This record gives sequence, C-alpha cells and structure tokens, in this order.
Amino acid sequence: MNSEMIIQILREVQKVYEANASEIEKLDQAIGDGDHVINMRRGMKAILEIGEELGSLKPGSALNKIGMTLLSSIGGAAGPLFASLFMGMAKVPGSDDIDNSKTVAKMFSSGVELVKQRGKADVGDKTMLDVLIPVSNLFSKLVEADDLSKNEMLEQLMAEAERGMLSTKDIVATKGRASYLGERARGHIDPGAKSCQLIIFTICNYLMNRGQNK
Amino acid sequence: MKKFINRVDDVLTESLNGFGLSHGDILKIYLNPNFITRADKSKKGKVSLISGGGSGHEPLHGGFVGYGMLDAACPGQIFTSPTPDQMISASEAVDNGGGILFIVKNYSGDLMNFEMASEMLGIENMTVLVNDDVAVEDSSFTTGRRGVAGTMIVEKIVGSAAEAGASLVECKELGDHTNKMTASMGVAFTSCTVPAAGKPTFEIAHDEMEIGVGIHGEPGRKREKTKRADEITRDLVDTILEDLKPDNNAEVLLHINGFGGTPLMELYLLFNSAAKELEKNKVKISRSLVGNYTTSLEMAGASITLCKLDDKILHHWDSPVHTAALRWGM
Repeated sequence: MNSEMIIQILREVQKVYEANASEIEKLDQAIGDGDHVINMRRGMKAILEIGEELGSLKPGSALNKIGMTLLSSIGGAAGPLFASLFMGMAKVPGSDDIDNSKTVAKMFSSGVELVKQRGKADVGDKTMLDVLIPVSNLFSKLVEADDLSKNEMLEQLMAEAERGMLSTKDIVATKGRASYLGERARGHIDPGAKSCQLIIFTICNYLMNRGQNK
Repeated sequence: MKKFINRVDDVLTESLNGFGLSHGDILKIYLNPNFITRADKSKKGKVSLISGGGSGHEPLHGGFVGYGMLDAACPGQIFTSPTPDQMISASEAVDNGGGILFIVKNYSGDLMNFEMASEMLGIENMTVLVNDDVAVEDSSFTTGRRGVAGTMIVEKIVGSAAEAGASLVECKELGDHTNKMTASMGVAFTSCTVPAAGKPTFEIAHDEMEIGVGIHGEPGRKREKTKRADEITRDLVDTILEDLKPDNNAEVLLHINGFGGTPLMELYLLFNSAAKELEKNKVKISRSLVGNYTTSLEMAGASITLCKLDDKILHHWDSPVHTAALRWGM
C-alpha cells in the first residue's frame, strides 16, 4: 500500500459518501443536529485539496497529515474522532512501510483505540465505535488465523461493519447529542456508525476489485 | 429558506467581517484559523480567558470579547465546535504570561476539541466546563448537562476576576463555583434552519413546544401542547429551583434569554411571569438581564437562567465591562 492508493481510496470514499449523503443526513436529523454530513464533506474536501502533498509522503506520514487536516477542518465531535483514527494508525511503527495485512490490522486497531480514548466510549454507546471496534477485533483475528483469501476476509469485514451499524438501532445513546433524547433515540441508526460502515464498505469494495494484494 | 446570504459557504466569514467592522474599537477578527481578540492586549500577567463554540449563538461568544470579559473567542462553523488550531492560535495571540483559562460548554464536540487544544498548547492552561442546563439529567451514563445561557454569566464573573488580578487557579475555581450556582432551562416554539442544511433542524407542529430544548434545536425533556406563559414559566422555574435549592430569601440574578426568534416584548412578559413565580418561592431578584444573548439562529423560544448571588459573584457581576453585547460601568 502506498500514499497514491490512500488518495485513490479517499476519492472513492467521497464519491460513495455523496451518493449516500441524504440518507445519513436523515439519520442525523432524527437523533443529532443535522450537520454531520456537512462536517464530513468539509473534512473530505480539505483532504482532497492537499492530495498532491499527501501523494509525496510515505503512508504513515500521509495518514498523520490526513488526521491533522481533519482535526482542523471538521470540528464538532467527528473532527477529533476521525482525526484520532488516522493519527492512531500513523503511530504504529512500520506504518510508513506497510508490507502486509498484519501491519494494516495493527494500525487500524491502534487508530480505533485512540478514538475510544478520545471519545471515552465503547461498544454499546450508540456511536461509530459500535462499527469500528468489532471490525477491528475481527480484522486482527482474521489476519492472525491467516486461513482466508483476501476477498473472503474483506467480505467478512464488510458484514461485520454492517452488523455493527445495524446494532446501534436498538440502543439508547449514552454519548453525544443523541444521549439527550433518552428512549427517543431507540429505533434510529446512529449516523456516525453509518458513516463508518459506509467508509469501511467502500474501502473493502475498492480493495476487492483490485487484483493486487494489500 | 429566507435568510440574508450571498453564498452559503461565505456566511460565517462575511458575518465575522461585519462583526469586526462594526466593533473595531473593541475587537479584532482573524481568519483562517478564525478567532476574535480584543482590539488592545490586556495587561501583562493577566489570566487570558478564551471561550468558543459553534456559531449561530450570537452574541455568544464573540460579543463578550472585551474589557471585563473574554480575551478571545473561537467561532466554529454553525452549531459545530471550533477546531484545536483556532484555540491554539487564539491562545498564542492573547497570552499575557498569566496562563490561559478555557471556558467550554459541555458538549462532546466542544470538549474534545478544547481537550486536544489544551494538550497541544505550549502555554499553561486550565478549563472551566459549563453545564447549567437542568433539562438534561446529569448522570455518569450520559454526556451530561449541556452548557447554555448561563455560560455568559460565568464569562462575566471570571472575566472581572481576571481583570482584578486573580490567578489562573483562582479564576478556574471561581468559574467552577459560578457554574454550580447557575441553572437554566429553555423552551422552543419553532425550529431553526442551519444555512448549509437549508431546512429546519426539527419538525414541530404549530401548537407544540419542546420543553428543555438545547441551543442547537436538539430535543429536550418532552414535547407538549403550548400553554399559557405563566404555566410554561412555572415548569421551567420549578425545575431550576429544584436543582439550585436556594435558601429562603436568597438573592438571585434572573436572566431571560431569547433564542433569536422571540420578540423582546415577550421576553419581558416572561420576566414578569418568572418574577411572580420566584416571589411565591421566596426568592429575591437582585439583578436582571433580559435579551438575546445565547441564541439558536432564528429559533422562537426562550430560556430562563438563575444564578444564586453571593458577595463575590455580585461584586464581579456589577464590575465594569465593555464588550459588543454587554456594557456597563465604563
């Protein structure tokens, strides 16, 4: 994996995100304050604007730069959280020279851990972590077992993200603005979880359609 | 959506520019990253007070930058917390060597962005978290009470203390103390429209109101049919008193805050209702403030804030202040 590929993935994420923007916006208007999509858009635009600079960096440094850019462009809760995800990934030794999926799994897990710390949240709080934590755990388990093909593994990760996203529907939120709703938040999927699921889906889908091993 | 807009993307910048142009004697606007400072630096050694939050609550916080209150304010996008680079740049611009006190409203986003700024900043700093909204149950299982209209009271009290030479620790303690003495609750009749969204944040029937609404149009305790002003006021004041538990004949500051879409005439009517309710409860109104100070764009509705006054808070409330939105004694 190189920085050019990271940028290609980000472009793909932006495209798919736009196609699903109105659905996510509806989720946010139901239990948030309706600005999640606007903020995510601003973050993606800011990253793509420095695409050229990112391409010249090594992957770890590029991920860190992406994190810092998201931190100063998104704002709200999503800013520090998505920034932490990327900055956490960049912290792993070897992130500048990604050679196998074990490193990628380690990086993802480190990013998710930082999101957990910053958000002081865990599985079951009706947040993006309901997608990120199970996917990260499964990812680590699968690369450790090492008995699946690349596409089989990606399919499992996509399914796990979907499961995590759907699981937020029946939870009463305990973090963020949805927590003010109490019982009224039940029955609605968390928009942050939906965004994460969509991003993971897009990345997996992109990697599946590429012959190259990641 | 009918609003005074040129381009949706330029709303914040153009509004900040206009704000700077109209109050050039008091403050200065910086763009990219966005922050507002006093026109003149405050005196050496003074603790610098910095607040910030999403835009759309004007005059909070920029309107409270000036002598006797804030040294700087960091406006985020509309209803979106500012980013750490704004707080860091603002801190570096206004640092007087006395340290930085951040005044932060209790929302997950604001908390995280200020927390990261605090960690990344190379200047000694502390944070006062304001959570005066009694509509939200305070529990370790939720994000907790929100910071609403009581925030400007904390900014006024601590601002005065800092001006008088209080240390960073003293300012932090006074801020926490004032926050504990302050409680608010609001009610909304209509929603508001974030320009970039282009449609109202929530739906509400013409004969309904949201009790305990937040300042971003986020839901509160319950949705009810509208009722007489006295009855609405009783609901709000009783909930606030339950929380503050003032002694008999306690003196308070009563702040009636409009959300942006309710005329002053109704706010004064609300003050009248609240005064009756407080008299019944043997609470004495010693200071008052009525107006649009912590708004939610064009939302119709209002909040009631009570702050229990002790000698210290009373002294700092009365001291001179010169900001765009609050000015007395000078």
